[in-house]
Amino acid sequence: MAKPKVAFYWCASCGGCEEAVVDLAEKVLNVVAAVDIVFWPVALDFKKSDVEAMPDKSIAVSFINGAIRLSEQEEMAQLLRRKSQVVIAFGACAQLGGIPGLANLWDRRSIFDWYYRQAPSVAPDGSAPATKVKVPEGELELPAFWDTVKSLDQVIDVDYFVPGCPPTPKVLLAAVEALLGGKLPPKGAVLAGDKSLCHECRLNDSKPEKILIADLKRITELQLDPEKCYLAQGVICLGPVTRGGCEALCIEGHMPCTGCFGPLDQTPDYGGTAVSFLASIVDVNDEAEAKRVLDKVADPTGIVYRYSLARSKLGRKRLEAGA
Amino acid sequence: MSRQVVIDPVTRLEGHGRIHIFLDEKGEVRRAYFQIPELRGFEKFLVGRCAEDAPQITSRICGVCPTAHHMAATKALDDLYKAEPTDTARKLREMLYSIFMLEDHALHLFFLGGPDFVVGPTAPKAERNILGVIQKVGLEVGKKVIAARKELRGLIQELGGRVIHPVFGLPGGVAKGLTEEARVRFEEAARRGLEFALFCETVFEDVVLKNKAYVDLITSDAYTHRTHYAGLVDSNGRSNFYDGTIRVVDPSGNEVVRFAARDYLKHIAEHVEPWTYVKFPFLKARGWKGFVDGPESGVYSVAPLARLNASTGMATPRAQALYETFFKTLGGKPVHFTLANHWARVVEIVYAAERFLELASDPSIAGTDIRRLPTETPREGIGVVEAPRGLLIHHYTSDERGILTGANLLVATQHNAARIAMSVDKAAKASIHGGVIDDGILNKVEMAFRAYDPCHACATHSMPGSMPLKLQVFAADGSLVREIVRGVEACPS
Repeated sequence: MAKPKVAFYWCASCGGCEEAVVDLAEKVLNVVAAVDIVFWPVALDFKKSDVEAMPDKSIAVSFINGAIRLSEQEEMAQLLRRKSQVVIAFGACAQLGGIPGLANLWDRRSIFDWYYRQAPSVAPDGSAPATKVKVPEGELELPAFWDTVKSLDQVIDVDYFVPGCPPTPKVLLAAVEALLGGKLPPKGAVLAGDKSLCHECRLNDSKPEKILIADLKRITELQLDPEKCYLAQGVICLGPVTRGGCEALCIEGHMPCTGCFGPLDQTPDYGGTAVSFLASIVDVNDEAEAKRVLDKVADPTGIVYRYSLARSKLGRKRLEAGA
Repeated sequence: MSRQVVIDPVTRLEGHGRIHIFLDEKGEVRRAYFQIPELRGFEKFLVGRCAEDAPQITSRICGVCPTAHHMAATKALDDLYKAEPTDTARKLREMLYSIFMLEDHALHLFFLGGPDFVVGPTAPKAERNILGVIQKVGLEVGKKVIAARKELRGLIQELGGRVIHPVFGLPGGVAKGLTEEARVRFEEAARRGLEFALFCETVFEDVVLKNKAYVDLITSDAYTHRTHYAGLVDSNGRSNFYDGTIRVVDPSGNEVVRFAARDYLKHIAEHVEPWTYVKFPFLKARGWKGFVDGPESGVYSVAPLARLNASTGMATPRAQALYETFFKTLGGKPVHFTLANHWARVVEIVYAAERFLELASDPSIAGTDIRRLPTETPREGIGVVEAPRGLLIHHYTSDERGILTGANLLVATQHNAARIAMSVDKAAKASIHGGVIDDGILNKVEMAFRAYDPCHACATHSMPGSMPLKLQVFAADGSLVREIVRGVEACPS
C-alpha cells in the first residue's frame, strides 16, 4: 500500500510549529518512514507547481500553521484545501490567529507609519514600500499587506485543530497517530483533551476550593512561590479556562499560564470566558476598590486575547472609515 | 463593537523571499534584487501591552531563535525598570543562552546550510537536505546529532520552562533557578555538549576544509564583500553573546567606534527602499551610500563572520585556537568571504560549549538569589544580545504603569540585509552569462544568502513563510524569461 501523502505549510507564523516537528527528534525519523512528505518548505526543496500538478484530494493530510495575513497565504491555503482530504489547523496562529492577530488592534496604515516613518532609527526620507515600484531596470512588485489578520478556518474549511503556541511534540504525535490509525473524532474537533490545564498542573492541590482574590498582582511585583497555586498568590493564571495537554510547561518554568492552548470545547469565546472568570475571583464589593484591583489587569486585551483576538467575537478593533 | 472589516483588494503576489534578476540584451545580469515581501508589525502591536509580557510576545517573532528575542527583551526590561539582575541570574541567563547558541548553530550546520557542503552544492536538490546529510555521514552520526540537540533543548526546557518560547526572563532576574543537584546534571551535560562541539569541528574540517574545491568556493570573489563588521565584545575586546559593547571595524579591520547598546541611535540609522519590506541599517558616521562595499560605505555586516572580525579573540581556549587558525588559513583579519560564515559558526559552536561548561561548573550558579524586584518607575529601556545570526537590539518606552508606549527592534538579519542584497546581486552576476540559467546556477545564487543563515521572519518581524524563494529572470524588453519557485530553509534570527 502506498504511504499516505502529507504536506506541511506555514503562513503567518514564527517557525516554532516547524521546530515542534523537528523536536520529535528521533521519532521524526519514524514519522518520515510512515508517510510520504510531498511538501515541507522548512526542510525539503519543493515547487508550488508540484502541488498544483497533484490530483485533487491526493494529499491525505495537510498540516497548516500560521495566521492568514497576505493574499498569498490564503491562496496557498485554498490550494492545499483542494488537494487534501484532511486539513489540520496546526498551532495557535492557525487555530485562533495567535499573537500576530494582536495586529488587529491596529491597521495597515498605522503599522507602516511606525515602521517606515516614525520609528526612532528610521532615516526619514519619506519613502515606504509600495506594491508596484519602478526601478531603473524595470518594475518590482510587493504583495499588499492586509488590515486584518485571520485564522485558517476564517478562509478555508478546516477538519481538525491542534492547539498550542507551539503544540508540544506529545500533542503532535498523538494527532499523527490518530490520523495514521484512522481513529478520528468528529470533524471540527480539537485534537487534544478537553480538560482544563489545572487538571494536569502540579500545583492544583494548592488551589483553593473557591478562589477569591482581594488584590491582583503583576509578576513584576512579587516573587512567586513555585510550590503554591499562582492564582492563590494573586497572579493571573489562565489555567482554569485553558485547554490542557501542554504538560503545564510554563508552570514548571515557574510562570503562570497565558492561555496558548486556547478554549475548551464548550467555550464560546476564550477572552470573554477569561474576563468573566477574572471578574468572578476578585473578592471586593466596594466599587472604588474593585477598580483599583482590576486596574492591575493592565492590558485586558493582551492578557485575555493574547492568542485569540482574530478568532474572537470581536475580531479586531473597528477600522476607521477610509483606513 | 460592530465588525467592519476592510480588506485591501490588492492581493496578488506569491512567494516570499524573492529574487528579481534583470538581464541586458546579451543576457548578462544588469541587477539582481533580493526582495523580502513580508511584515508583521510587532513593534506596533507591542504598544499597549504590559512591559513584562514583552519577552514572551517578542519570542514569537521567531520560533527558531525565540531565546534571542526573549533575552534581548528581558535585558531591555532590566534597563526599563533599572533593575540590575543578580549575579546568579546573570550567570543563569548566560548559561541558558550559551546552550541555545550551541544547539541553534548546530541546527544550521547540519539541517540548513550544511547540506550544501556535506551533500554538495551541485548535488540533486532532492538530496540537499538533512536526510541527504544523514545518508552521507551515516545514520549513526545523524542519530548522534539528533540526540545531542534533543539533550541540549531539554536543558533549555528544564530551566526556561519551554524551549520554543521560553518563560525564563523577568526584569532584574529569572523565573527559575537551579538546584545543586540540577547543576551537577547540567555540568555533566555540558561535558557532552563540548564533546559534541568538537565533533562538529571535526565534521566541518573533514568535509569542507579538506576539500580544495570547497575552500576555493569559499574564497572566490563571487562570494566576497569588503564591508564594515559589528559585534558585541567584552571589556577585553573578546566576542561575547550575552553582553558587552558594540564594536565596529572597517574593511581593513581598524576600530571605527565602540559603543554601548543604549547609544545605538547615535550610531545606526535605517534606510528604507520602496521595493522591499525590510529596512537597511547603516552606520551614521558613513551615511547611506547605496548597495556598495568599501570603507566609505555605511553598509556593515553582523553574524558569525562579523563577530570574529569585530573582536580581538575568543574568551575560551579551544575557540581561541580555532579563531587563530581561521584567520591564519584565510589570509588574516578581517576575512571578507561570505561563505566563511559557516566556518566561523563552527568556531562559535565550540565557544558556546566551552562557555556553557565554564558556567555550569561554577557552584555559585545554583544560588537562590535569582531575582531583584523592580522598585523604580519604568520609563525607557534598551537591551542587546548577539543572536545566532547577529546583533539584536530591543528598545522600549513605557508609561509609569509599565504599559508599553513604543517599541523599536533592530534585528540580526536586518543588519545584514544590505550585504545580503549585494551578495545575491554579485553571485548572480558571476553565475549567469549569456542568459543561461539552470537549477545549479540557482543554488549558487541561493548559497550567497544561505551563508548568512538569514531569518527574514526576524528581519521584517514577519514570518518564515518568507522562506520559499521565487526567482524570476527578465529579458531586456521586460518579458519574463524564466521563473523558478523553490523552498528554502527555515527562519532563524
